Amino acid sequence: MTAAPILKLEHLGVTFPNHPVFSDLNLTIRQGEFWSIVGKNGVGKTTLMRTVLHQLRPTHGQVAYLPNANEVKIGYVPQFRNIDADYPLTMRDFVGLNLTGWKWPWLSRKEREKVQTILTRTGLEAIANRPIGQASGGEKQKAYLAQALVEAPNLLILDESTASLDPVTKTELLDLVIELNKSLHLTVLFVTHDIPMARKYSSQYLMLTPNGAEQGPIGGLTQEKVWEGENV
Amino acid sequence: MFSYEFMRNAFAAGTIIAIICGIMGVFVIARNMSFLTHTLSEIGFSGAAFGVFAGWAPLNGMLLFTVVSSVIVGQLSARSERREAATSAISALFIGMGILFLSLANKNASYATSILFGSVIGISAGDVQQMLWLSLLVLLVVFVIYRFLKFDSFDHTGARVKGLWTNALSVTFLVLLALSVSVAAQIVGSLLIFILLTLPAATAKYFAHTVGGMMVLAIVLALVGVWSGLTLSYVTNYPVSFFIAAIEAVFYFIALGWQKLQTAE
Ligand SMILES: Nc1ncnc2c1ncn2[C@@H]1O[C@H](COP(=O)(O)OP(=O)(O)OP(=O)(O)O)[C@@H](O)[C@H]1O
Ligand SMILES: [Mg+2]
Repeated sequence: MTAAPILKLEHLGVTFPNHPVFSDLNLTIRQGEFWSIVGKNGVGKTTLMRTVLHQLRPTHGQVAYLPNANEVKIGYVPQFRNIDADYPLTMRDFVGLNLTGWKWPWLSRKEREKVQTILTRTGLEAIANRPIGQASGGEKQKAYLAQALVEAPNLLILDESTASLDPVTKTELLDLVIELNKSLHLTVLFVTHDIPMARKYSSQYLMLTPNGAEQGPIGGLTQEKVWEGENV
Repeated sequence: MFSYEFMRNAFAAGTIIAIICGIMGVFVIARNMSFLTHTLSEIGFSGAAFGVFAGWAPLNGMLLFTVVSSVIVGQLSARSERREAATSAISALFIGMGILFLSLANKNASYATSILFGSVIGISAGDVQQMLWLSLLVLLVVFVIYRFLKFDSFDHTGARVKGLWTNALSVTFLVLLALSVSVAAQIVGSLLIFILLTLPAATAKYFAHTVGGMMVLAIVLALVGVWSGLTLSYVTNYPVSFFIAAIEAVFYFIALGWQKLQTAE
């Protein structure tokens, strides 16, 4: 039996002034699936993610959350973020920022426990009280992931979040994501240029090319195919 | 010194101002709004001058001008690229208007000086009360929207992703800032207001690494500056804003030096 759909893209198209990025994209993403989004630089992966997040209004078609938008809680780790060396907050405080709502200014005990749990799971426990501005690129990426996960999302979007990580850390993080994917049916959209990683972790892929998109079970994705896509 | 009513009023006002500036300052620094704060204080000068011209209390003129212009500035330059140039133009316009209003009002130069540089003796018990109400309003709103404001100020990208209404937050914050500027200008003057709204928080950033910690430290630094500034001014008869400016600047440079030492080792 197939799982219930969580996200449906219907005839989706985005055109920047004089510059079509993609068009007529149809895609159904079901609960618990792990999608890799691949394609060469500038083909529109980030644009697609931002459209999914309703940060960009599509030129054609629509993005629908199922059964409805209230049921879908998104965690997003964007490709770029400006945290400079001067940035004062600790890892712990930064992760806690995502706990919003009409609540007291300070975090409740339960909320502090949530933060602690996710810091432990992402391996940030030891440096939790260090300013994030002084952390390494990889440690920052972990903190971004931890922040996205702290509210227990059911759809996680990673935009090249592992690009700056060393192979061991990369595997650690994706192991965590796949564990949440398996145990909690967390749906994952993973934008990446790393085809072996995509093959190792995902169940499906979506490849964007300037001439259209291709999708299917991950077995159908090969490095050659992505290179060919680049040559079109 | 506390036997004089005006000194008691000045200390009460100074304490309120220090608390407001410590809290708002942390957000001003996180949102990179020092420059805009400076502009708002110049607009405040213009508003006070207009108040004098129209026969109102200067604070009311200030409130009118800063609140209206904060909304306009927010619309005009929500994103940072255009912000500096646009705000420079606006501030030039407002300073010019302030000078015009003062000259139309036929007030002497000492009136202008006290608006620009603040004064200790001019604060009545009624003023203190109005400042208290305005400050409580600011604090209440910050309290209610605290988690959203904190997220948006310290991680704008994350807050947008979360779907927080960041534009509404930004305008709300600007209005709160306008109120704070008007309140704080009563004692340090509109020219030096940004000192209390930026320096204590900028200093605190080097020593505290949680939002709450930064606020507490910024309040303490602002209180130390305001209290000692008032005392020194009382004793020496030199202007209070000079002392406050000097003290806060020294704190800031100490923090910078400390930071240098930390990173050098
Ligand atoms: N706001 C915008 N206005 C105009 N054009 C844009 C805008 N954002 C992106 N583009 C263009 O849309 C195209 C797709 O950009 P996008 O960032 O989605 O690529 P990407 O697939 O994520 O690339 P990368 O692998 O480098 O991250 C690019 O040609 C880019 O220049
Ligand atoms: Mg991208």
